[in-house]
Amino acid sequence: MGLTETSIHNKLSERLKPIHLDVINESNMHNVPKGSETHFKVIIVSDLFNGKSLLQRHRMVNELLAEELSGSVHALSIQAKTSQQWEDSNHHITKSPPCLGGSGK
Amino acid sequence: KKYFDELVHSDKIVVFMKGVPEQPMCGFSNAVVQILRMHGVDNYTFHNVLDDQHIRQGIKTYSDWPTIPQVYMKGEFVGGCDILLQMHREGDLIDKLNEIGVRSALLD
Repeated sequence: MGLTETSIHNKLSERLKPIHLDVINESNMHNVPKGSETHFKVIIVSDLFNGKSLLQRHRMVNELLAEELSGSVHALSIQAKTSQQWEDSNHHITKSPPCLGGSGK
Repeated sequence: KKYFDELVHSDKIVVFMKGVPEQPMCGFSNAVVQILRMHGVDNYTFHNVLDDQHIRQGIKTYSDWPTIPQVYMKGEFVGGCDILLQMHREGDLIDKLNEIGVRSALLD
């Protein structure tokens, strides 16, 4: 696990007390050098999301990861569910769309 | 800020993306274009952030949102790819479009 991945995991774990948390480095799916930590997917299930809109949930996550996002991370895919939604969806995780080249840098 | 206020209000739907709808340069931006297309929404204002660093950085500050794509409807920030996708799957996008006076093709 890279430094950024660990940092993301720790911050989200500590502040959102999730019952389920997956932090997946998807940088290898994109047009960036090997070993990059630029594209992440976060699956997070927490009851702190109860009653909050999608936008609010995503903003909560964004805020906690502000440092990473102003650093090397420039893509963050978030699936934020409550424990009820997680159970209802049978733990379903949506696949990320394929890279189309990006800015090629 | 005023500049972006005008940008996001310039049309019912304004999308900040990488590339253009005919040729998105990013999987997430493409997902947004495809979802809108599924609802019959093809006529919207878009800004290719790869062409304009000022917009690319500025919109992130303006929206207080760190990533691209970004979708605005009637001047209100709706979300990025994940949110659009979830709204689409749960039928909420049809409602949102209806709110701004756009009839989703999926209703026909």
